[in-house]
Amino acid sequence: MKLFEMFWEYRSYFLSGLQYTLLLAAIGVLGGFIVGIFIALLRMSRWRILKFIGTAWVEILRGTPMLVQLLIIHYGFATQFHLEFSVLESGAITLILNSSAYLAEIFRAGIQGVDRGQTEAARSLGMGSGMTMRYIVLPQALKNVLPAIGNEFITIIKESSIVYVIGAAEIIYQTYTITTITYDAMTPYLIAAIMYFILTFMLSKILGVFERKLMNRDKR
Amino acid sequence: MINVRNLNKSFGQLQILKGIDLDIVKGEVVVLIGPSGSGKSTFLRCLNLLEVPTSGEIRFEDQLITDKKYDINKSREKMGMVFQHFNLFPHKSVMENIILAPIKVKKMDKSTAEKIALDLLKTVGLEDKKDAYPSQLSGGQKQRIAIARALAMEPHVMLFDEPTSALDPEMVGEVLDVMKKLAEKGMTMVIVTHEMGFAKEVGDRILFMDGGKIIEQGSPEQLFGNPQQARTRDFLSKVL
Repeated sequence: MKLFEMFWEYRSYFLSGLQYTLLLAAIGVLGGFIVGIFIALLRMSRWRILKFIGTAWVEILRGTPMLVQLLIIHYGFATQFHLEFSVLESGAITLILNSSAYLAEIFRAGIQGVDRGQTEAARSLGMGSGMTMRYIVLPQALKNVLPAIGNEFITIIKESSIVYVIGAAEIIYQTYTITTITYDAMTPYLIAAIMYFILTFMLSKILGVFERKLMNRDKR
Repeated sequence: MINVRNLNKSFGQLQILKGIDLDIVKGEVVVLIGPSGSGKSTFLRCLNLLEVPTSGEIRFEDQLITDKKYDINKSREKMGMVFQHFNLFPHKSVMENIILAPIKVKKMDKSTAEKIALDLLKTVGLEDKKDAYPSQLSGGQKQRIAIARALAMEPHVMLFDEPTSALDPEMVGEVLDVMKKLAEKGMTMVIVTHEMGFAKEVGDRILFMDGGKIIEQGSPEQLFGNPQQARTRDFLSKVL
């Protein structure tokens, strides 16, 4: 009961934190998706220099903690280059960069998993490589890796909590504030955990429905 | 229409095609036969540069398509290709499979493309399948749709890469019938196949390939009735 009481009493904190988290996750997911496709294409490019950039991007961003990336972008850039991002900007950039690296690898696996014959058929009809990628390969690749993409989306929602260290007013930050008001470090964090769980559980259910729809249409 | 000069193709150390010369005239039906690994499919795939030749020249309608600066997409529009494994686009309906390239490549408007597609579906006897997805079709139906898809670009030549090899025996006939009709309408065709009866009946010229070379060629009567080369006789004695 105490959970509900506390949630109700401090609902404005929790809800504004939720809003911030949702906004950040949405930006991270969308941005990461677009940048990720771009990086995947770079990685598979015929040009060695582009391939190198794509590979370096993925390896560096996967190989360093997101917390360090966040601190460098928010504090490092500000002191070194006088490039001062707002808290929201730094959080969004970090999430986009980080998720783009993971999503790029997922997309690459998906693209390479599409049967070569599909590309050959499209090319034999006079379609260029860009057109073939857009209309034939990418739609099939995305469908094949949908479960992996869903996982990454869920990860981004959870990982977005890290931006509280630079003072972004998301769920964890707001929850911490409540603990300092109430001197209760258990209930508020439990509520935060439940909020994250509801978010990710709903997302995984929605993705599941979406997946089944796609599979039903052209099961082989 | 197609002129091939001293065509060579290697994969690493392995030389698949060894100096092929061939001229194909408009309206001709050329059938390539030969043992597996003889290079017939590779040769066919070189004709629209799905395989890039290591050396040699290919001209299509007097255009040197092996020229590195030439935009091969221009010629591919006029060269339809049918594959052993159909390669229909599984995420698109039959109708979408057929109209995609005419709309995107030839910039045809949708209603015109759909009209052409319906006519083609009638030709291959599958107008009732226009809204089906490839997964709902049998192998023979898939291949007939694949032929319709290639024809929708109004090609000047059709390349067939073992079009019946992946089919159940009872479906081979329906695909060959469609190809026969196409040949009767005067379509220029290059066909790689193991169907000797079909080759004999439809081919204007039969090419026997082995070891990356054209060993012997001639009319069906000549090649099947009176082969000159020992290797041809040996091959035919095994498959006929």
